[in-house]
Amino acid sequence: MALNRDFVGRTYQTSSSYEVSRVKIREFAAAIGDNNPIYRDREAAHAAGHPDVIAPPTFPIVFTLAGAGEALADPELGLNFAMVVHGEQRFEYARPVRAGDELLCTSTITDIRSIGRNEVLTVKSDVTTLDGEHVCTTYNTIVERGGAA
Amino acid sequence: MSATVRYDDVEVGLEIPAADYPVRRVSLVMYAGASGDFNPIHWNERFAKTVGLPDVIAHGMFTMAQGGRFVTDWAGDPGAVVDYGVKFSSMVVVPDDDQGATVTVSGVIEQKLEDKRVVVALTARSGDSRVLSRARAVVQLA
Repeated sequence: MALNRDFVGRTYQTSSSYEVSRVKIREFAAAIGDNNPIYRDREAAHAAGHPDVIAPPTFPIVFTLAGAGEALADPELGLNFAMVVHGEQRFEYARPVRAGDELLCTSTITDIRSIGRNEVLTVKSDVTTLDGEHVCTTYNTIVERGGAA
Repeated sequence: MSATVRYDDVEVGLEIPAADYPVRRVSLVMYAGASGDFNPIHWNERFAKTVGLPDVIAHGMFTMAQGGRFVTDWAGDPGAVVDYGVKFSSMVVVPDDDQGATVTVSGVIEQKLEDKRVVVALTARSGDSRVLSRARAVVQLA
């Protein structure tokens, strides 16, 4: 089913902040098989110039997807989750995400288009601290296989 | 940030040696838990086949994370990666056996930018397929 183009431009703000913990960073690093001490050990992080352990570059996927989840789950959009695969992903950093950050995520559906038989949707998420410091911007493009057929 | 690689030591065309990263079913179960992405195509073979996939496939983000690890291991400090983007061009099919799949990542310095930044172009393959395309990381060097 074609996706509802009226959703382009809609913006969703997370209702509560995401608190980045050392434990979650460690769990994520373990799941991607990465033993880098800068993800686990405060001394190693300090030595590299960081105030606390930092998160791997792809870590923000943990909380940015939830930011767009409300939009993607709206039946009016018409997205069939069973047919969704990930198309593209990008993380653009002002500074690394680190333990202790309390982050807010503002997600905007920037584009919906058909490519061949597929429907393609892009969500841009701006991630800031509670004080408004910009930390990163992420771009997530998903593909609904056969959605445009 | 303190990358251990110096900008002045790097030239366009410099190749970063390839590395192999194993992907097993348990990797996907761990990644599902850590990321919160419980889409059954990443752990349930029965479901994957009903939606037309050959078998369970890896989360694209798991594959992207292996590319990220390749760059952060090279740079020395993961905080030196200031931009990282990929297109997922092919699935990583992960069979339910002791071998699983392997993602092989290699990289080359594609461009030197201002402010001691470089663009690393990444290639990621699994079997005969190129699993990431347009994979680029911008790294802040020392």
